[in-house]
Amino acid sequence: MRRALWILAVLLSHWRRHPMQFATLLIGLIAATALWSGVQALNQQARISYDRAAAAFGGTRTPMLVATNGGAFAQQLFVDLRRAGWPVSPVVEGRVQIGGRSVRLLGIEPVTMPVEASAATEIGKAGAQAFLTPPGQALIAPETLARLGLTEGATPALDDATKLPPLKLQPQLTPGVLVVDIGTAQKLLKMPDRISRLLIGSAKGPRASLGSVAGDQLRLVQPDAETDLERLTDSFHLNLTAFGLLSFFVGLFIVNSAIGLGFEQRLPMLRTLRACGVSARQLNSVLVLELVSIALVAGAIGLICGYFIAASLLPDVAASLRGLYGAQIPGQLTLKPEWWFAGLAISIVGALLAATSSLLKAVRLSLLATAQPYAWQQAQHRWLRLQGTGALLVFAAAGLALWLGDSLIAGFFVLAALLLGAALALPVILGIVLVGGERSTRRPLATWFWADSRLQLSGLSLALMALLLALAVNVGVGTMVESFSRTFTGWLDGRLASEIYLNATSEKQAVEIKTWLKTRPDVQAVLPGSRTDLQFNGAPIELLGFADHATYRDQWPLLDSTSDAWDRVRSGDGALVSEQLSLRMKLKLGDRLGVSTPTGTWPMEVVAVYADYGNPKGQIGVNIDALVKHVPDISQTRMGLRVTPAAVPALIDAIRTRFGLDGRNLADQTTVKTESLAIFNRTFAVTAALNAFTLGVAGVALLTSLLTLSNSRLPQLAPLWAIGITRRRLAGIELLKTLSVALITSLLALPLGLLVAWCLIAIVNVKAFGWRLPFHVFPLQLVQLLGVAMLASLLAALLPILKLLRMQPATLVKVFANER
Amino acid sequence: MSANLITRRSLIGGIALLSLGGARALAQGFAGLGRDAEGFASVVPGRPLTFPADHGPHPDYRIEWWYLTANLTDASGNAYGVQWTLFRQAMAAGAQGDGWATPQIWMGHAAVTSATAHHAAESFARGGVGQAGVMTTPFRAWIDAWEMRGLENFDDRSVAPLDVSASSADFSYRLRLDAKQPLVLQGENGFSRKSERGQASYYYSQPYFTASGVLTIDSKEIAVTGRAWMDREYSSQPLASDQTGWDWFSLHLPDNAKLMLFRLRQKDGAHYFAGNWITADGKSEQLTPGAIDMAPTVMTEIADRRIPTSWKVSIPSRGLQIATSPLNAKSWMTTSFPYWEGPVSFTGSHSGTGYLEMTGY
Repeated sequence: MRRALWILAVLLSHWRRHPMQFATLLIGLIAATALWSGVQALNQQARISYDRAAAAFGGTRTPMLVATNGGAFAQQLFVDLRRAGWPVSPVVEGRVQIGGRSVRLLGIEPVTMPVEASAATEIGKAGAQAFLTPPGQALIAPETLARLGLTEGATPALDDATKLPPLKLQPQLTPGVLVVDIGTAQKLLKMPDRISRLLIGSAKGPRASLGSVAGDQLRLVQPDAETDLERLTDSFHLNLTAFGLLSFFVGLFIVNSAIGLGFEQRLPMLRTLRACGVSARQLNSVLVLELVSIALVAGAIGLICGYFIAASLLPDVAASLRGLYGAQIPGQLTLKPEWWFAGLAISIVGALLAATSSLLKAVRLSLLATAQPYAWQQAQHRWLRLQGTGALLVFAAAGLALWLGDSLIAGFFVLAALLLGAALALPVILGIVLVGGERSTRRPLATWFWADSRLQLSGLSLALMALLLALAVNVGVGTMVESFSRTFTGWLDGRLASEIYLNATSEKQAVEIKTWLKTRPDVQAVLPGSRTDLQFNGAPIELLGFADHATYRDQWPLLDSTSDAWDRVRSGDGALVSEQLSLRMKLKLGDRLGVSTPTGTWPMEVVAVYADYGNPKGQIGVNIDALVKHVPDISQTRMGLRVTPAAVPALIDAIRTRFGLDGRNLADQTTVKTESLAIFNRTFAVTAALNAFTLGVAGVALLTSLLTLSNSRLPQLAPLWAIGITRRRLAGIELLKTLSVALITSLLALPLGLLVAWCLIAIVNVKAFGWRLPFHVFPLQLVQLLGVAMLASLLAALLPILKLLRMQPATLVKVFANER
Repeated sequence: MSANLITRRSLIGGIALLSLGGARALAQGFAGLGRDAEGFASVVPGRPLTFPADHGPHPDYRIEWWYLTANLTDASGNAYGVQWTLFRQAMAAGAQGDGWATPQIWMGHAAVTSATAHHAAESFARGGVGQAGVMTTPFRAWIDAWEMRGLENFDDRSVAPLDVSASSADFSYRLRLDAKQPLVLQGENGFSRKSERGQASYYYSQPYFTASGVLTIDSKEIAVTGRAWMDREYSSQPLASDQTGWDWFSLHLPDNAKLMLFRLRQKDGAHYFAGNWITADGKSEQLTPGAIDMAPTVMTEIADRRIPTSWKVSIPSRGLQIATSPLNAKSWMTTSFPYWEGPVSFTGSHSGTGYLEMTGY
């Protein structure tokens, strides 16, 4: 034991003498752990809230009964089912407007509520007595309370002047939901004796068949192992995880180079220790012990950094998830103990992984071996061949997955294989380029330049791989985001054709507004619009009703349509289908479909497919008059106004003063567009941030690799200096060398990045979101990235070069004397 | 008999119920029944009971119950017990709203007992929407699929004939109950005193039911016949605050006489005894507290509690001296408010069967 401690002390003394190197090792481990655990924390946080939402009051975790036609049904069915032995509990759901903001209102019945459905929210602790007896309570999450700008105990009035029961804070509650007693909810939602769905408890016992009690009015929905939100947001989290993993590996590159250097420099020390009688096994155990201790310290720091990364990204992640999927994530980060353990474990595993080659070398350490650069090069040659073969195999696998695969996972597999294959192939390609360079010259110094670059390759290759991956991913993601941005903007212009959008506070007001608008000469057209959620093939979809008007015919960008599409829509049996829905349900032009409505099944035919970016739900566009006929109680408060652009501000002012509408339910086209674009931008803010992190880490990887090399390469430079080449010239050659390898790498990264972008757009996006984007290349963006990469390389190369410049000639002489 | 529930509640309601969560927590409203009954109607002596009106609910009073127990045997002479209970509890006094606004909570308990098995189930419901309730004409008491229903030629004075059914995952039963004699008033003409300090309830029983039907235990159907006893009780403040529990007997004596007696345990050890001796011709005579002696003889350990499952009971003035033993000592009701309730048999000066209920242990 004492002996082991002494060996450890000797080993650690190296780091004391090379603090910079030690810092590099720590930075690598910290960066890897921090980015990985940061992303994990974000994913975990999101999953917790999905789970909570799913478990609360019979989200998708509880089996339930819903109306076959998708609407509300008579309360008597609840009583009949209870009387027939069904352990059901009623829920009423709807939306209410508080101060112009729309909030989901949930009416529950705590007495019959299944324990498994209520446990997640611990509603019982609020005190059922207070919840049930007048004035009752409206349970609200802290986030919702803050968003509405209210305080606990307040009794806010809804927009129709009815009052909510006193608000009661319930931290476990999902944000964006108000929970009240079912009786209160029926009153507030104006749904007397109506029920939205019935949760089925787990109590077993004899029960009559559903059909004998409810006929065909109700339908059983089995619980999902996976929640809707989980399914919808899977791609988003996969995206985050992929980035986390990438950053992790880039971090490991740094660790690998730092450990490799440390090992090389400690070779004499290790040999001495062995010569002093330390067994190979003991030496290795202590090396591992040293590594694990360092990994633990770095892991702990990394976790703290990870926490801060997650905390700073959470608002953007939450905004993205809310904007894209309507998923509510609390803004407060809560971490499980598993997260801390997993973080430390990943740090240790990562460190051991990065140190494998060094540790193996230490095992095989020959007592009498001396430095043999040329032998090293020979070994490198074999290694390169092996790597080249590996790269070819991985590329083949990618091709196979592209050809056979049809899922999101397959898409990501293609991406990963592409990146891995390219990384493996990089040293081979660089080697070929450098050999070519070497052959093309006869001047001694130039020949040495190329040959030495080649020798340097194995030490730099990991860092260059990191640079290649980071750059390629940057190009890929950048291209995708730009493509999306351009398409989205064009699409918004087509979809947001009306100059003014307004949402009346009631049907009555809507009628008044329409009548009044008719008297205004500056209003060219009033385009009513309605939307409602219905069932199609058992899945929830959104039905969008729009008026028959030239605005749509002229401006709505359709991806595919029949020649008589608009006429068919007007006649009521033609349907425009969103791209997501058409992909998901495999619908094409001419297909017949039946949508369940409260008045029965509505048969229609697909006449066009349109892009509907950013909408997780499938959507069907239909004529508004036909929609009102099939769904008579649909809310008809929304409308778009076509107005001469110059008249917009005056008209908005007039509507505002006359009908008391404010910014939340009255907006001009520009505002709506700006808001939509803001949501879109936040969606990719996280991607961009992680992108920047990755590039930064790649830069650090390059720097550490170069630092590592600069020391070990002194013996090669010393002879050149000895034969008369100035330090200045030497430094210039070194800089040129580094920059040229980096340039070759960056140039290789560009086509790779475009390939990544194509994968993201044509495979991942389609599978994850259900929309395909046109593929654009943005040359300016590529040039910019190239510049950034070269700048990063320059910065990374500068430190070792400056060191070389300032080196005392005596040192060079010493090196020359010692090593040779 | 059901006062067990109340005692239990007043004991653990405040603590245990809070942690139960979900539907169970509403039972918090049941807690503290020993407190004053402000706003609710009070129980006073001398108020005559009228039927069928008093078979129905009394929302002005805080709590009431329809409580049925049956001692049954199958063709080979094996004994069984059946319990069917419906409780009503008002969350608030005063105005009765409509529909969901009705401040009434209903709770049902059902159980079957054999020498080797005891299964219990419970259910909760809000009043006002039809999930549970009691109506007088025609007579019907129900919660979910559990029901006690007046049959053709139903007589308000005898509360018979009745059809009683309940089912759960591991048992079910359906019994027909007949009675030739009218119901009897407990206490003093239906005014049943629960302490020296005025706590009381209105209390009447139908102890003369004959029963026949089928019960299913663990998927085995068994045809049974026997006797049943129904208790009706309602009150706003049935317990004194220092009363911790309740041991209650309903016994079918030989020659069709009946005996109801209970002991309310008080913190100071001075228990409150009460009971009625009911003769074969329906005469109900109140026993004075000093006339009753009850003492446990065997303690059984159930659910970390020690429960007196066998008793010595004597009423010297009536020449009664008996020893009771349970059909199944583990007749533990694993409901939200756990208590012991099961069939017993007795020997001594008199022999027969009956039901024992014990709470607050």
